[in-house]
Amino acid sequence: MAKRIEASGVSSYYGDFKAIDGVSMTVEPKTITALIGPSGCGKSTFLRSINRMHEVLPGARIEGKLTIDDQNIYDPDVDVTAVRRLIGMVFQRPNPFPTMSIYENVVAGLKLNGVKKKSLLDDAAEKSLKSANLWDEVKDRLNRPGAGLSGGQQQRLCIARTIAVEPQVVLMDEPCSALDPISTLAIEDLMFKLKDRFTIIIVTHNMQQAARVSDKTGFFSIDKTGDPGRLIEYDDTQKIFSNPTQKKTEDYITGRFG
Amino acid sequence: MGDNPSRSASTEAGGSGVTARHARPAGDGVSPIPPDDRPDNRPPLGGGGALPTKSRFSMETGFRGLSTAAGVMVLVIIAAIAVFLISKAAPALTANDANFLTTKEWFPNDTPPVFGIAALAFGTVLSSVIALLIAVPIAMGIALFLSHYAPKRLATPLGFIIDLLAAVPSVVFGLWGRDVFSEPVKDFSVWLNKYFSWIPLFGGEGPFGRSILLGSLVLAIMVLPIVTSLSREVFQQTPGMNEEAALALGATKWEMIRTAVLPYGKPGVIASVMLGLGRALGETIALALTLGTTFVISFNLIQSGGNSIAANIANTFGEANETGRGALIASGLVLFAITLVVNMAARAIIYRRREFRDSAA
Repeated sequence: MAKRIEASGVSSYYGDFKAIDGVSMTVEPKTITALIGPSGCGKSTFLRSINRMHEVLPGARIEGKLTIDDQNIYDPDVDVTAVRRLIGMVFQRPNPFPTMSIYENVVAGLKLNGVKKKSLLDDAAEKSLKSANLWDEVKDRLNRPGAGLSGGQQQRLCIARTIAVEPQVVLMDEPCSALDPISTLAIEDLMFKLKDRFTIIIVTHNMQQAARVSDKTGFFSIDKTGDPGRLIEYDDTQKIFSNPTQKKTEDYITGRFG
Repeated sequence: MGDNPSRSASTEAGGSGVTARHARPAGDGVSPIPPDDRPDNRPPLGGGGALPTKSRFSMETGFRGLSTAAGVMVLVIIAAIAVFLISKAAPALTANDANFLTTKEWFPNDTPPVFGIAALAFGTVLSSVIALLIAVPIAMGIALFLSHYAPKRLATPLGFIIDLLAAVPSVVFGLWGRDVFSEPVKDFSVWLNKYFSWIPLFGGEGPFGRSILLGSLVLAIMVLPIVTSLSREVFQQTPGMNEEAALALGATKWEMIRTAVLPYGKPGVIASVMLGLGRALGETIALALTLGTTFVISFNLIQSGGNSIAANIANTFGEANETGRGALIASGLVLFAITLVVNMAARAIIYRRREFRDSAA
C-alpha cells in the first residue's frame, strides 16, 4: 500500500517569488514524517508540491525532481488526477463539502473515480469512517449535513474522505491547528493507527505534536522575509529533539528563535 | 422627567438606608482615588454611582421607528395595488358574458363583452419557459467560463459586456427582433418545418416568422445577462478550500466544478433563473413587437401567432373602453398571480435544503 517519496533539489515558485530552495529528502513507507519551522518557511508549499496541489495556484511552478516509488510525479505524461488520488491531502481547516451529507462526503472521492455500486460505496463509507474513529459518533446520522459536525469531527470526516479512495500517501497540512486539545489527541491517535497502511507527512506548528507522533522530522527555515525557505535539518525525530546538529534547529526547538 | 433621574442625583444611591457595610456611596467602593482628591467630589467615569438609566429617546429608537415604517410601507403599497386591481377588474368581470378563466377570445369592447385569459396566459407561460430553456444552459456555460476557465484579463471585460447587454432597453430588442432577427428566424422556421414537421412543435402551413419562437429567442437574449451575471457571482463565491478538497481527491476541473461549485451555487442559480423568468413573464414591448397577436392555444412554435398578457395590454389599451380597460386590468391580476406562484415555487426549492446551506457557514 504505502510508498516511498523521494525529493531531490525541489524548488517551488509563486510567479517570480522563490518559496523554497533545493529541498531533498526521502520519506520511507509507513512512517510519519513531521515538517516543522517558522511561518512562511515553505513547509506547506513543499507539502503541496508533493501532490501537485501547488500548481493549482496561478503562476505557481516547481523545479527539481519528486518521485513516488521511482516514478516521476512531474513527468509530463503523468495524469495529475492520478497523482492526487495516490497522494491524498488533509487541509488546515476542515473542509467538508457544505452541500453534502456525511455519507456523501465520505464517498465523494469514490464517486469521482467512477464507483457507482451502492453496496461498494456503503462498505467503503463504513470502513473509512471506522478507520477515522468517527463511525460510532455518526453512524445514526449519515444523512445529516457534514458541515453540522463539530470541528474535530469535521476534520476526522475529511480524513475519512481522503482515505476512502485508498491513497498510498496522506499529506496533512496543520490538521490540528483549528482544533481543541481533545480533538487534537483524537487525530493523533488516528495517525498512529493509519501509519500501518499509509505513509504520512504532516506539517505542524506544534513541536510537542511533532515529537509525539513522528518518526522523522524535517526542520525548515528562512534567513529573512523574502528569502526562499530551506530544509535545514532532516533526521530521526528523537535526534532532532534531543541532539540536533544544526544551531538553527536547536534555537528553534528550544524557543530561542532566529 | 421625574422617572428618569440624572446621573449626579443617583450618585448617592446606596448611601443611605442600607447596612453599615454599604454605608458609603456605591461608586466610591471601586475608585482607587480617595474621594477627597477628586475635583468636585464627582464619581469616576468608569464606575460612579448607580447604573445610568437608558434614555427613552435616542438614535436607537428613532432608527427602529424608521425601519419599521419602511417595512410597513411595503405592505401598504402591495395592499393598495391589490385593492386597485380588484376594484377596477370586478365590474368588467361581472359584465363578462363568458368564463374568464377558460375562454380564449378577447372581445371586451363588444356588447356584450366576451373575453377570457386562457390563450394569453398560455402564450405568456409558453414563451417565457422556452426563452429560459434556451437561455439558462447558455448562461450557465458563460458563467462557468467567466468564473473558472477564462483568464482574469479576459473574464473582467467579458463580464462587463454581458452586464452591458442588460442595459439595452427592451424596445430596442423588440424592434431589432421584428425588423432584423425575424428574417433568419423565418428561414430557420421554414427549414424546421420542412424536415421536422412530423413533430407537432414544428408543424403547420405557415406563414412563419412572427412566432412564439421569435419572441422566445428575443426574450432569451434579454434574460441571458441577468442569469449569467448572478450565476457567475455565486460560482465565484465557492470557498476555495472546497475546490481544493475536490482537486485533492483527484477530480478533474469539470469534476471539481460538479462536486464543489455547482452544488454550492445551486440556490443562487435557482434565484437567478427565477429573476429571469420574472423578467420574461412581465416583458411587454419586445413581445408586443415580435409576436403575431393571435388568441389560440397551440404548442406550434414556428407558425406566426402567439400573444402574451403584457403584450396584449400594450397593444389594446389605447382603444379599450371602460369594460375593456377593466378586462385588461383583470388580465394583469392574472399575470401578478402567475409571477407570485413562480416566486413561491422558487423559494420552496431554495428552502428545501436550507439545513445544508446554513450549516455551510
